[in-house]
Amino acid sequence: MGVKDYIRARFFPHIWCPGCGHGIVLNSLLTAIEKLGLSKNDIVFVSGIGCSSRISGYVDFHTLHTIHGRAVAFATGVKMSRPGLNIIVPMGDGDALAIGGNHFIHAARRNLDLTAIVMNNRIYGMTGGQFSPLSGYGVKATTAPYYNIDHGFDIAELSVAAGATFVARSTTYHVKQLTNIFCKAILHKGFSVVEVLSQCPTYFGRKNNAGSAVDMMEFYKNNTIPKGSKAKDENPDLIERGIFVQKKLPEYCEEYDKIIKIAKNRS
Amino acid sequence: MKGKIKFVQGNEACVEAAMYAGLDFFAGYPITPSTEIAEHLSYRLPQQGGKFLQMEDEIASMCAIIGASLTGHKVMTATSGPGFSLMQEALGYAVMAEIPAVIVNVQRGGPSTGNPTHVSQGDVNQARWGTHGDHAIITLTASSHQDLFGITVDAFNMAETYRTPVILLLDEVIGHMREKLVVPEDGEIPLVKRLRTSLKEGVDYHPYFPREDGRIPMSDFGGVHRYNVTGLYHDMWGFPSDNPRLVHDLIRHLVDKIQNDRHVITRCNKYHLDDARTILIAYGSAARSAHHVVETSRREGQRVGLLELKTLWPFPHGLVREKCAKARTIIVVEMNMGQVLAGVKQAVDNPESVFLANRIDGVLIKPVDITGIMRIIQGRGV
Ligand code: SF4
Repeated sequence: MGVKDYIRARFFPHIWCPGCGHGIVLNSLLTAIEKLGLSKNDIVFVSGIGCSSRISGYVDFHTLHTIHGRAVAFATGVKMSRPGLNIIVPMGDGDALAIGGNHFIHAARRNLDLTAIVMNNRIYGMTGGQFSPLSGYGVKATTAPYYNIDHGFDIAELSVAAGATFVARSTTYHVKQLTNIFCKAILHKGFSVVEVLSQCPTYFGRKNNAGSAVDMMEFYKNNTIPKGSKAKDENPDLIERGIFVQKKLPEYCEEYDKIIKIAKNRS
Repeated sequence: MKGKIKFVQGNEACVEAAMYAGLDFFAGYPITPSTEIAEHLSYRLPQQGGKFLQMEDEIASMCAIIGASLTGHKVMTATSGPGFSLMQEALGYAVMAEIPAVIVNVQRGGPSTGNPTHVSQGDVNQARWGTHGDHAIITLTASSHQDLFGITVDAFNMAETYRTPVILLLDEVIGHMREKLVVPEDGEIPLVKRLRTSLKEGVDYHPYFPREDGRIPMSDFGGVHRYNVTGLYHDMWGFPSDNPRLVHDLIRHLVDKIQNDRHVITRCNKYHLDDARTILIAYGSAARSAHHVVETSRREGQRVGLLELKTLWPFPHGLVREKCAKARTIIVVEMNMGQVLAGVKQAVDNPESVFLANRIDGVLIKPVDITGIMRIIQGRGV
């Protein structure tokens, strides 16, 4: 099957701007799913609100387009009530970590078997370019006309600290690595986080003189390094790519099954 | 009615009824005075293979039960005022996406943190209007554990029938009071099964295409039909749309499916109404005091009756109007500033004949509070 077999053609054309990184993420995700040979009926996409969250409508799986920031909470209900399903939760950076920050860290702590994808464009795209918790210090946005004084999160560090058992980062430039990471994240039993640096030329790019979509992708090429690379020692501003954590811990649904066994024996 | 006799709290009666109705997924966050519902379910659900989740907050709880309902489970959450406020956005989502769910709000005094361990009935209007946008909602309540059992099962049945969230609005006295409950035998109260599509795999299934009778067959998420669910206005495929005709038709559908069935949804208890000159209208624990007043007044030869509402929304205007047609005086008994009072005034021909007997201090309204007001109205002094 080609990637085309996984999309809902009737939902197209998509709403993304020319040059938006989200299309690359979609392509990469579908390639990963195809590679893994998963059955379409076993996949659920749960998204929140924002440009990135529209991704769920475009794919031919069970899709749940929810409310802002709560995709992980909806996904928790789907997964716990039907543990056999593969749940993929694509979110924007504001969606996942501003309004949705609480759900994000708690799902990580529980180690529920979800694949959380944070499409990080460092801006609120759909509402027109306000700063997000990932914009970072010094960035310009429609709500930071001088410059942004909020510091950003490091999604990878935050996820590790919150207890996620698989944490990785890549970019829309490094598509092969990204696809590879998606495969591993989906197969991982437990809460997996994949941060994807994804360009928004329309708002982040224009406000911050980052150039065209191609320029922004070149920035990813030139300013990211494989995890553990020595170059980071000389230039701490470089962003690491790759898998940060991949470990085994008891998964939440499986743990709950043990509770059911105990409860049934006692009753 | 024969069955198991228990001596329980109202919150526990609610749990028993939910289990009877087939509840198998609960997500919640502890909050007084609803906490016992979560506590009991954390014990009871896994015994039956069901799931209990303690979420990080009420927002997540409401979202999680929506997700679980979509996979075909009977779901519930329980909370109190502040938690209910937090749930409102996701509640609206369940209205829009037509997801069956039961939400219990054991009220506390508000606004804000208010009066956590005392009785109040301040959330009547919030139940109706809490979420944004035009919508219909069903809100049920009860004043005794036996009624609470029945109305909880009704709540699940209505949620499945109308594909909608149903709110069970209790109060602290009912939640915490202990009294006798007879748990009915299996099958004694009929249960409504979710209407599922009969379409086979591969046939184009329209998740939002109503049958002739207006009901919309569902397909379990994770089953053979892959479709989109969204909180945006959507067509019969669940595809987002802002087409004016479609937006208009969808909002009409959401409102009409409940409004048109008001006669089926309306539940009440009637005491001595036929010849009553003075009618008390009450619900929840306030109805117990009102009932006491009616019984004692009758013994004194006064023609007093009680209309106890068990359906608060859609507001039973027709019922109230009909029952109050011959009464001289109508006294609404409630523990708020007059939230049901407004509905009653709207319903009757003569709004000047409608009075309020209320307490808003976190103390249960007593029979003597009601008789005091009756005396003033009747010109008999205090
Ligand atoms: S606004 Fe930005 S994030 Fe949104 S679609 Fe356009 S480019 Fe993509």
